[in-house]
Amino acid sequence: MGRAILLDKVNIPGIRAFEVYRAHGGYKPVDKGLREMTAAQVQQEVIKSGLRGRGGAGFPTGLKWSFLDRKSDKPRYLVCNADESEPGTFKDRYLMEKLPHLLIEGLILSSYALGVKTCYIYIRGEFKYLVGILETAIREAKKNNYLGERILGTDFSLEIYVHPGAGAYICGEETALLESLEGKRGNPRIKPPFPAYKGVYDCPTVVNNVETLATVAPIISMGGETYAGIGTGKSTGTKLISACGNINKPGVYEIEMGLPTEDFIYSEEYCGGMKNDRMLKAVIPGGSSVPILPADLILNTAKGQPRLITYESLSEGEFESGSMLGSGGFIVFDEDACIVRNTWNLTRFYRHESCGQCSPCREGTGWMEKILYRIEHGQGRMSDIDLLVRIAKNIEGNTICPLGDAAAWPVASAIRHFRGEFEAHINVPCTMYNGQMKEERAL
Amino acid sequence: MEKGSKVNHHLFVRENKAVSFSDETLAKIRSLIRRYPEGRQKSALLPVLHIAQEELGGYLSVDTMDYVASLLGINPMEVYEVATFYSMFYLEKMGKYVLEVCHTGPCAICGGEEVLKHIKDYLHIETGETTPDGMFTLKEVECLGACGNGPVMQVNTEFYEHMTEKQVEKVIEELRQKQGEEGTSKGWAEQFS
Ligand SMILES: Cc1cc2nc3c(=O)[nH]c(=O)nc-3n(C[C@H](O)[C@H](O)[C@H](O)COP(=O)(O)O)c2cc1C
Ligand code: SF4
Ligand code: FES
Repeated sequence: MGRAILLDKVNIPGIRAFEVYRAHGGYKPVDKGLREMTAAQVQQEVIKSGLRGRGGAGFPTGLKWSFLDRKSDKPRYLVCNADESEPGTFKDRYLMEKLPHLLIEGLILSSYALGVKTCYIYIRGEFKYLVGILETAIREAKKNNYLGERILGTDFSLEIYVHPGAGAYICGEETALLESLEGKRGNPRIKPPFPAYKGVYDCPTVVNNVETLATVAPIISMGGETYAGIGTGKSTGTKLISACGNINKPGVYEIEMGLPTEDFIYSEEYCGGMKNDRMLKAVIPGGSSVPILPADLILNTAKGQPRLITYESLSEGEFESGSMLGSGGFIVFDEDACIVRNTWNLTRFYRHESCGQCSPCREGTGWMEKILYRIEHGQGRMSDIDLLVRIAKNIEGNTICPLGDAAAWPVASAIRHFRGEFEAHINVPCTMYNGQMKEERAL
Repeated sequence: MEKGSKVNHHLFVRENKAVSFSDETLAKIRSLIRRYPEGRQKSALLPVLHIAQEELGGYLSVDTMDYVASLLGINPMEVYEVATFYSMFYLEKMGKYVLEVCHTGPCAICGGEEVLKHIKDYLHIETGETTPDGMFTLKEVECLGACGNGPVMQVNTEFYEHMTEKQVEKVIEELRQKQGEEGTSKGWAEQFS
């Protein structure tokens, strides 16, 4: 494995500069796409590649593009989702910091395919330093006629602008992002209408993740079919996995789809095994919103097959015994980690980030946080555990946007797999978390 | 939004002071507005508020927000509702350096809670408070998108990673030394071409 398609140039000194990037084969895919292919052909290659959205939901990118309303006489927009706020996820940051021109290439090709003349990169405000890096890359590309009017002498013109957010996880949700781009609070919109028909400024809009769009460049370069030959089944190509937690080598790794989770965690090439040789206790494999899995179920499926890093394998067993690939945020817990405390912590996150439009999400996340807090501090009741399950169930599927589900799943899955640990916390304050901190947080 | 923190997000501060950007910044703001379609100048609100907070006192007073509203030709209320929604905007005076410590899961399991506690002890302040000399304000924030390098802290949008108890003391002392000097990182306005 260890196949580098996105990150193949990452270690070349000075690769952030246009000249260096170009000297190493950069912008060749754009030359090819714009000079030798029609817009429809570019889109066709993306469909053939089997590329699925890397932002979390895994929706087929080519299919999403085909929904774009092309009959409307309004301008169309492409919005690159660089909000990256899902706990455990830091791959887009890495990609933009190291290879800004790879993203620009992908944006040019995607805009060409979609007939877009204006593209916005919506980036979380905390990544302020990346705004400058991206703007510099855009300026360089423009100077070399890869952006602006009549790119490479063709009829195709494109402007890319970077737009910063200002601290709100919910703005990663595509419709909240569009509201935010319009200068409003990040309140998700009710769908339908979908952005493909009514997106930013009520115009047809495609929203894709940074990694998804960056991948379009290598797809055009090698051809959709070749790309589809990499990986396995419906999980084609490579995926950036950001690994963190109690491992020896946290970081961003490009893996070929189909890598066994065991190899990923223990091999020197990737995570390098558990820190201080502790035992593996659990993993959240796709960013904080996806179900947590205990060690045995992250290494093997319930059927005893090795668990692979693919959309299909990670979700095998559904919520009973599976999880999801999500955004590729791989959070590893060792035997010292307290699942109750972590669940309380993540629920606090969702309570804080709820936009407050729907009562199940706004109230439910608050209740769950309070109940988890009291369980963690030895003040819970045995009935609290089922109460949590019930609240999570009542949030799930009953809200405007999927943040409600994202808040419910971590709680439901933690109780499903670690009920004993919750029970042990009732009446006895957490014994695992030995920081002995005075808790200031009055709830 | 943060329950229990002492930053009151709904208490607006009016200074009754005339505020204005430099000509250079105004030119930058005009070019930012041009990035959005005709009649959609409100889209520039978030970038302009970042610049305003940085250049006009380190927080968004009512005076500043009203000024931004007038620049973009929108109702002041449209600025208030946005300023109260996003966690990067401050509505009251902050310390010269705002220590924003990530307290979310991945950082927490790598020692983030201990680091946070240590800062409180070292500076003798609680979350949401500012040191009496006006140098440091402590804030707890959610995942900063750098979990692999946790525990993570941001100081005025600059990342400090792999924090330990020793490391944060060092950072704090270095910031104290820097007192009076300008920060090294580029400002918001300079980020944009
Ligand atoms: C609460 C919430 C937060 C999200 N955050 C992000 C994010 O930070 N980055 C991202 O690319 N997608 C995020 N998404 C998914 C987007 O809504 C959208 O599906 C995605 O940008 C589509 O791009 P893709 O098809 O290329 O994956 C989030 C979704 C939800 C519900
Ligand atoms: S589910 Fe939560 S975040 Fe999403 S719209 Fe409803 S209240 Fe807002
Ligand atoms: S959890 Fe702290 S940076 Fe992500």
